[in-house]
Amino acid sequence: MLDAILLTLKLATVTTVVLLLMGIPLAWWLSRSNSWWSEVVATLVALPLVLPPTVLGFYLLILLSPTSAPGQMIESLIGFRLPFTFAGLVVGSVVYSMPFVVQPIRNAFDAMGERPMEVAATLRASPLNAFFSVAIPLASSGILTGTVLGFAHTVGEFGVVLMIGGNIPGETQVLSIAIYDYVETMNWGMAHLLSLMMLVFSFLVILIMNLSEKRLRKRLA
Amino acid sequence: MSLYCRFKGSLGQFELDAEFDLPESGISVLFGPSGCGKTTLLRCLAGLNRLEGQFDINGETWQSDTYFLPVYKRPVGYVFQEASLFPHLSVRANLLFGQKRVKTSQNINGYISFDRLVELLSIGPLLERSVVRLSGGERQRIAIARALLTNPRLLLMDEPLSALDSHNKAEIIHYLERLHRELTIPIIYVTHSHEEVSRLADYVVVMETGKTVAAGEVNAIFTRLDLPIQHDEVAGSVLNGVVAEADLQWGLVRVAVTGESIWCRDTGLELGDQVRVRVLARDVSVALKPLVDSSILNCLQAQIVEIKDDARNSIALVRLEISDSEGMQYIVARLSRKSISQLDLQVGQNVWAQIKSVAVM
Repeated sequence: MLDAILLTLKLATVTTVVLLLMGIPLAWWLSRSNSWWSEVVATLVALPLVLPPTVLGFYLLILLSPTSAPGQMIESLIGFRLPFTFAGLVVGSVVYSMPFVVQPIRNAFDAMGERPMEVAATLRASPLNAFFSVAIPLASSGILTGTVLGFAHTVGEFGVVLMIGGNIPGETQVLSIAIYDYVETMNWGMAHLLSLMMLVFSFLVILIMNLSEKRLRKRLA
Repeated sequence: MSLYCRFKGSLGQFELDAEFDLPESGISVLFGPSGCGKTTLLRCLAGLNRLEGQFDINGETWQSDTYFLPVYKRPVGYVFQEASLFPHLSVRANLLFGQKRVKTSQNINGYISFDRLVELLSIGPLLERSVVRLSGGERQRIAIARALLTNPRLLLMDEPLSALDSHNKAEIIHYLERLHRELTIPIIYVTHSHEEVSRLADYVVVMETGKTVAAGEVNAIFTRLDLPIQHDEVAGSVLNGVVAEADLQWGLVRVAVTGESIWCRDTGLELGDQVRVRVLARDVSVALKPLVDSSILNCLQAQIVEIKDDARNSIALVRLEISDSEGMQYIVARLSRKSISQLDLQVGQNVWAQIKSVAVM
C-alpha cells in the first residue's frame, strides 16, 4: 500500500513539474498569439477534458508501442520502451492533465492585458526579463490553481494509467489502480481505507487552493 | 531642433501621417480631439507601436527605414493614462524597477537623484505603502517618478490627468509645473484639454484625423484662425507676461505683456513672476475708442492683423497683435459679422481690445 502511495506522489510531482515547464510557456503563447492555429493547439490541449481517459490511453499506447513508427523512434532515442514503465505513466499523465494547468494560467495571462508588459518595456526590461519579473508574478494565482489542479488530477487519474501503465506493483501501480485491485480481490477494508484517504486528500487540496487563491487575488486587486 | 520624427502607415483602420520637429527642452504638447492619433503617435515615439518612419533625437537615430530600436533599449520615460503601477510590488519596488535596470551615471546631464525626485514629487511618506492603497493622484506621481528614475532622455506622457478627478488633476498639474522648471529633458505631452495646454505647453503640435496640421509656439498656434481649434467654445489665446505691480487695495496684480498691461486677480503672485494669462476669444471685444464708463478693466491697444469672415456664419474671428520693441503676441477676438461691418474693421487698423475676463494659469 505504501508503495502505491509513494508512487502516486512521485508520479504527481514529476508530472506537475513537467506540466509547469511546458504549460507556462504554452499558456503565454496561446494568450498572446493572434494566429488561427493557436486556437487549434488550444483545442488539442483541451481534448482530454471531454475524451474518455481510455480513448486517450488507447491512442497513446498505440503511438508509443514498439510496433509504431513514432514508438520506434522514441525507443531508439531514449533507449527503452515507454508503455508499462514509470516514464510512460508520466507521458500519459502530462497529456491527460495538461488542460487543467494550461487553462487557468492562460486565463491569468489574458486577464493581465498588454499594459504591464508595455510598462515593463518602457522601464528597460527585456521581453524575457519582463516575463519573469512581471507576467509570472501577476499570473501567480492562475499558476497556483494550475499547479494544484494538475497535481490533484494526476493523483486521481485511472483510465489513462491503466491503459498505458498496466498494474505493476512498485512500477506503475498507483493508488487508484490499487483501489480497483483491492475491490476486484474483495479486500474491502483496504479499499475503504485508501478511498477515504483519497477523499480527504482531495477535499483538503481544493479547500487550501481556494483559500490561498482568494488571498493572492486580494493582494493583486 | 533636436528631435525629428516622421511616421506614416496604418494600424487596423487607423491611418497616421505625422511629421514634426521639436525643441530640445520644455514641454511640447500633442494636441487634438479624441481619436485623432495623438496616443498612437506617442506610442510610435516610444517604440510601443511600429509604423514606417524616421525618429532622430539629439543626433541619434531610434528608428529609420532599416533600423528599429526596441522599446526596452530606448532611454525614454513613458507615463500612461492610468498609472499602471505593478500591483505585486511595493511603492519603493515600483520606483526602483526601472532604475535598477539602467546603468546610470550621476555625471550625465539632467540627472536627478532618487532623493531629489522623492522630494520634488512629495512621495516620501508613500514609499513603504502598498500600491493598492494610494489615491489616483498619488499613483500618478509614483508613475511619473518611476519613469524619471530611469534617467530618460525624453519623457512621454499620455493624458496623465484624464483618469483623475478635478482635485487630483490640480495636484498633478502643480507637480508637473515643478518638474517643468527642474527638468532639462524634453517632455512630449498628449492632451485634448485647452486648460492643460495653456498651463503647460511651450510648444504645440496640432493633430487632426491622424495628421499633424500645425506646430509652433503656443501663442502663435492658438491664435491661428485657420485651425479647427478655434471652433471650440473655450478656444483662447495664451499670453506670456511678468508680474509688474501689485494693487493690495483691490487684490489685483498688473501683468506686463509686450508693452501692454493686463490686470488680474492676485492669486498669491510675487513681483517678477513669469506668468501665463489666458484670454478666451469669446471674452474679447473690439472698440474704436477706449471706453471710459465701463466696468471692463482691461483695454489694450492692438492692431488687427487678420480677419476670418465666413459668409455662412454669423461669427467672425479677428486676430489682434500687441507689440513693443521686444516682440509681439496675439489675441483672438470672436465678434459678430454685423459688428465688423458696422465698425468697418480692416486689417492694419489700430483698435482697442476689451477683455472681459482673464485667467492667470
